[in-house]
Amino acid sequence: MQPEQSSLPEAPAAHAGGRAGRHAAPSWRGRLHGLGPVAGLVLLCIAGTLLNSSFADIDNIMNVLTRTAFIGIISVGMCFVIISGGIDLSVGSMAALIAGSMILVMNALTAFALAPMLVIVLGMLFALALGALLGLAHGLLITRGRIEPFIVTLGTLGIFRAYLTYLSDGGAITLNMDVSDAYSPVYYGSLLGIPVPVWVFIAIALLGGLVLNRTAFGRYVQAIGSNEQVARYAAVNVDKTKTLTYVLLGMCVGIATVLYVPRLGSASPTTGLLWELEAIAAVIVGGTALKGGAGTMTGTVVGAILLSVIGNILNLTSIISVYLNAAVQGFVIIIVAFLQRRRS
Amino acid sequence: MAAMGLSSGAMAQEKVNLGVSIPAATHSFTAGVVWWSNQAKAELEKAHPNLKVTVKTSSGAPEQANQLQDLLTVNRINALVIMPFESASLTQPVAQLKKKGVYVTVVDRGLTDTSAQDAYVSGDNTAFGRLAAEYLVKKLNGKGDIVALRGIATTLDNERMDAFNAVIKKHPDIKLLDARYGNWNRDDAFKVMQDYLTRFKHIDAVWAADDDMAFGVLKAIEQAKRTDIKEVFGGAGAKGMVKTIIDGSNPLIQADVSYSPKFIYDAIKLTAEARLKGEKLPETTIIPSVLITKENAKDFYFPDSPF
Repeated sequence: MQPEQSSLPEAPAAHAGGRAGRHAAPSWRGRLHGLGPVAGLVLLCIAGTLLNSSFADIDNIMNVLTRTAFIGIISVGMCFVIISGGIDLSVGSMAALIAGSMILVMNALTAFALAPMLVIVLGMLFALALGALLGLAHGLLITRGRIEPFIVTLGTLGIFRAYLTYLSDGGAITLNMDVSDAYSPVYYGSLLGIPVPVWVFIAIALLGGLVLNRTAFGRYVQAIGSNEQVARYAAVNVDKTKTLTYVLLGMCVGIATVLYVPRLGSASPTTGLLWELEAIAAVIVGGTALKGGAGTMTGTVVGAILLSVIGNILNLTSIISVYLNAAVQGFVIIIVAFLQRRRS
Repeated sequence: MAAMGLSSGAMAQEKVNLGVSIPAATHSFTAGVVWWSNQAKAELEKAHPNLKVTVKTSSGAPEQANQLQDLLTVNRINALVIMPFESASLTQPVAQLKKKGVYVTVVDRGLTDTSAQDAYVSGDNTAFGRLAAEYLVKKLNGKGDIVALRGIATTLDNERMDAFNAVIKKHPDIKLLDARYGNWNRDDAFKVMQDYLTRFKHIDAVWAADDDMAFGVLKAIEQAKRTDIKEVFGGAGAKGMVKTIIDGSNPLIQADVSYSPKFIYDAIKLTAEARLKGEKLPETTIIPSVLITKENAKDFYFPDSPF
């Protein structure tokens, strides 16, 4: 128990703890809970290796993990939002808008003849701040404005992308060459043979798991998702907690964007298209209930990797008509969710 | 026929109120379409006091159908230039306008029933695929391995791919290893190319089939540090790509094929000028797709356009 809980009445603390305890399921049930997606991933990897031996190449594995990093990091934030009973449909548009604005800011800073390194750091801070700010706007509209999260984020989904399209005049916003060269190691570089985005993904996922399972905030999030009224009676600050989950998600989108921009050095109206669905799918495939209350970080990470692996395998083989790629992805998602359901 | 002759005779003295209905700028190509439409409006309205041009963008087929009604009832247009979102679902709404006496020019994507239109103006999708294949065959001296990226699954994309395949089939030593959808999108093209590079240890050339996709392809090749690839052929003639060809700044990019959003400009101009004189356009006008190389690249470079 955290020290700040001592100021709360006895009952709510016990209650929140009880809720979390039931869902975290420390016993064998807890371990079985995450088995669906893991089993799915293992099966897919075996199939991938059988279909094309290059699948198991270290380079290929790193490619897949690196491209998972964006969706994975966003999914970590999305996991909190969904567990608390909310949803965010705007993350793809938000990533695109942050990427575009970030590039514009960095290009503007270059005009002041600042060192590329400083420009990059300022750009990164801007991306994080903008992500947090947009998340805060979501949170306030949802909690203070009392609008359904689905509606708020459906609205901003359109707003964010429209503003990016407006800023880019419908074309692409491209990062200044010198800055782009200095920035590219953030995506293309690696540390101990593991690409930088993968390290960041690991760190964010571990941090997310820690916050979800080992802090009061994490327990409040789960309690609100299980039953918001009960949590409210238990003196959990529901509005503040919910708002924070959106701020957290916004920051995750900011971090993902910081890693994304050096990949192509540009943002266009097609940037981040359908990322919201991929992130939501990763969380759900990972075993989190869409109605909130229960979910695990491990599941979410596995879910995100699983989705990229399907795409990778389809590209590495040519048994199935290219017209049917999306169908294969759909089937795998449903099958894994089914495995998951039976075990929980 | 007599009625047709009368109405077009009357048009000669009357004003031409021309509506332009196009997709909203969601990627750089459609952004180019919007830009060129507004360019046409500005130039043509200045040149012809009897002409009024209304440009409307829409983000989907249903919205476009609604706008067509508004163009007729609110803007009272008597001529229409439309780039339809989809062929099938817009045929009926366009036919309704034509029935009410609006002169209709359809651009790029044809309607399923051609009697719903007066004229058709389009880019040359067959040449788009054929020129790319012919260029790559020549570049590789008739022998080598090619991978291709396709756009979004549409009839337009099939036309390009079929034309490309038809040329490749005539050269038994050229092997098309695979063709996958990159959705005319930089990110998707990057992923597809990464996977091609993993899967095929030797590739001689890439048909990226779009300049946006070529951008993603180049990044993937650069990251993998592969040196076997000699040529990346995009498509459409985006200004960045044309600039690269003019400057000779990337050895992998030597040529491109034109498929400029400028065809909307040509369609508006042709329609407006014909209607002002009370004339009709030929049934079909194909804006040719041309191979862009260092020699002629300057003619295809429009630095002010977003595309």
